[in-house]
Amino acid sequence: MDVQTWTYLLVALSFALYIGIAIWSRASSTKDFYVAGGGVSPLANGMATAADWMSAASFISLAGIIAFAGYDGSVYLMGWTGGYVLLALLLAPYLRKFGRFTVPDFIGERYYSKTARIVAVMCALLVSFTYVAGQMRGVGVVFSRFLEVDINTGVIIGMVIVLFYAVLGGMKGITYTQVAQYCVLIFAFMVPAIFISIQMTGNPVPQVGMGSVLSDGSGTYLLDKLDGLSTELGFAAYTDGTKSLTDIFCITLALMVGTAGLPHVIVRFFTVRRVRDARKSAGLALLFIAILYTTAPAVSVFAKTNLLKTVSDRPYDEMPAWFKNWEKTGLLVFEDKNADGRVQYVAGESNELVVDRDIMVLANPEIAALPAWVIALVAAGGLAAALSTAAGLLLVISSSISHDLIKNVFRPDITEKQELWLARGAATVAVVIAGYFGINPPDFVAAVVALAFGLAAASFFPAILLGIFYKRMNSKGAVSGMVVGISLMLFYMLKFKFGIFDGGKEAVDALEGQWWFGVSPEGFGSLAMVANFATALLVNAFTAPPPQDVQDLVENIRTPEGAPPAGGH
Amino acid sequence: MEKDTRQAHATRYWKANLRIVAVLLLIWFAVSFGAGILLREWLDQFRLGGFGLGFWFAQQGSIYVFVVLIFVYVYLMNRLDAKYRFDG
Repeated sequence: MDVQTWTYLLVALSFALYIGIAIWSRASSTKDFYVAGGGVSPLANGMATAADWMSAASFISLAGIIAFAGYDGSVYLMGWTGGYVLLALLLAPYLRKFGRFTVPDFIGERYYSKTARIVAVMCALLVSFTYVAGQMRGVGVVFSRFLEVDINTGVIIGMVIVLFYAVLGGMKGITYTQVAQYCVLIFAFMVPAIFISIQMTGNPVPQVGMGSVLSDGSGTYLLDKLDGLSTELGFAAYTDGTKSLTDIFCITLALMVGTAGLPHVIVRFFTVRRVRDARKSAGLALLFIAILYTTAPAVSVFAKTNLLKTVSDRPYDEMPAWFKNWEKTGLLVFEDKNADGRVQYVAGESNELVVDRDIMVLANPEIAALPAWVIALVAAGGLAAALSTAAGLLLVISSSISHDLIKNVFRPDITEKQELWLARGAATVAVVIAGYFGINPPDFVAAVVALAFGLAAASFFPAILLGIFYKRMNSKGAVSGMVVGISLMLFYMLKFKFGIFDGGKEAVDALEGQWWFGVSPEGFGSLAMVANFATALLVNAFTAPPPQDVQDLVENIRTPEGAPPAGGH
Repeated sequence: MEKDTRQAHATRYWKANLRIVAVLLLIWFAVSFGAGILLREWLDQFRLGGFGLGFWFAQQGSIYVFVVLIFVYVYLMNRLDAKYRFDG
């Protein structure tokens, strides 16, 4: 069978599986819809969290980003895993004991204020919408490259599938499809990685292969070889970065704290039965994530070495078939500047080859000449990663609207049945909006997805942390902290990422010298978070302590016994 | 235990909890921001197979330690819960 047939077969099989699970796990109450009934096992929740967390970006782009950033790519590896330590030790157990449906629920009740709840809802919507648009786009891209349908048709197919199981099953349907999606995506990521690791180093474990000697008999370590190839061509050595130490530090911190503050990840811990289950499932989630996150940097090294060896200073006419295939998609662009018929891939002006970073994972199996079914598997895996994350985000959007805004602020008198239908309606509208952005992507989506972490770090994390660990923290302090943090972050983003105040995008590069403390917009979430903490504590010191019943609530969530079922009031 | 009020009991549990969290977060900081970033260049003089040690911590080691940290936390907290009889 050829690649095309295999791809259709594997994608169709995996979709049939997701739909089957959705029909089996329909939601019949708001509790089913928001928190999957509250009885998910730690193992299932760990897998679902991992699939929820690992998006199209983790599956398709991560290894490529690292392949081109080398050591600098470590910020993503440490940032997107280290955040789970914060989540497990500082947030998840206490939020589970608190036992409601959403993050704005916690902020609203802990800070006894509708304003706090509404600010939290706005932050949740801002973060989730930017994120979900990127996922729908990812679905479209995979469809168009592997199944040769139009990107827009791909987005629409993805929308219909997500709509089906998110609207029908809510959190319950999403949880069990995510378990299946985790299995598909991790299998799809590991199989090519293991194949290539064996090819290049003879070691079947990619994490070890990355640090091994090449199997071509040269006796050279793979990483030394790659460092040599890179510097020869004028790039920085792979294992050395180009970013400043301060910036690396700040970006890593912002990503870690942002991870811990992302609402679609936090809500997953409302779905388990007991506090101890929340702790355990955080550990399992990180274990499942770590399998991909420790393999990705190995894939980067394999792919980058393969790429440099294949193309560098070779005649264009002798390029392998995959080179020509990916040229057609525009993700690989060759321009023979000095007309010598050879590919010069070097740092600087005379470079003749532009390589899109997404190719590193998508074309990797072709570059390494792996069997057709492995190539098809990558398509199914990419779709699983994009769909699972999109579904998790859609649930946050729909519960923010139906539960936090309508039920708790504007129309407290609606019945549970009405709320359930509202939640389904909100999910439908959210899918349509996300699909629209997937078809007409605003050019800022990619940039904003990375900054969503800064926004979460600057808003939610300090408010939740202080709410648990500082009993005297009051509403005025927390709200002013969130407002200052998120405004600073938005301002910095608009100024240094979009150049709004200095004449638009063209001005951005020139502004680099003016970065505050030399910190990039991606790392600024750390500073905005510090500003949030400082403002919150300062305002808190001059205003009245919270009422006694709120202080009792804080005492209560600090001990794990008798956690109420999620959603119990 | 008998003279202990419920509140004092809960407070002692909370303090023990904070100690566990503080120690584990110290390790969390040391392997990532310490070994993977601040001390990376110095550590790179040591080799672990093909890896410089600092680079290994940044792209592999810190992640392994993170996973272990959470499971150690799970174990210690379950033990603490049992000691303070909060595991019901």
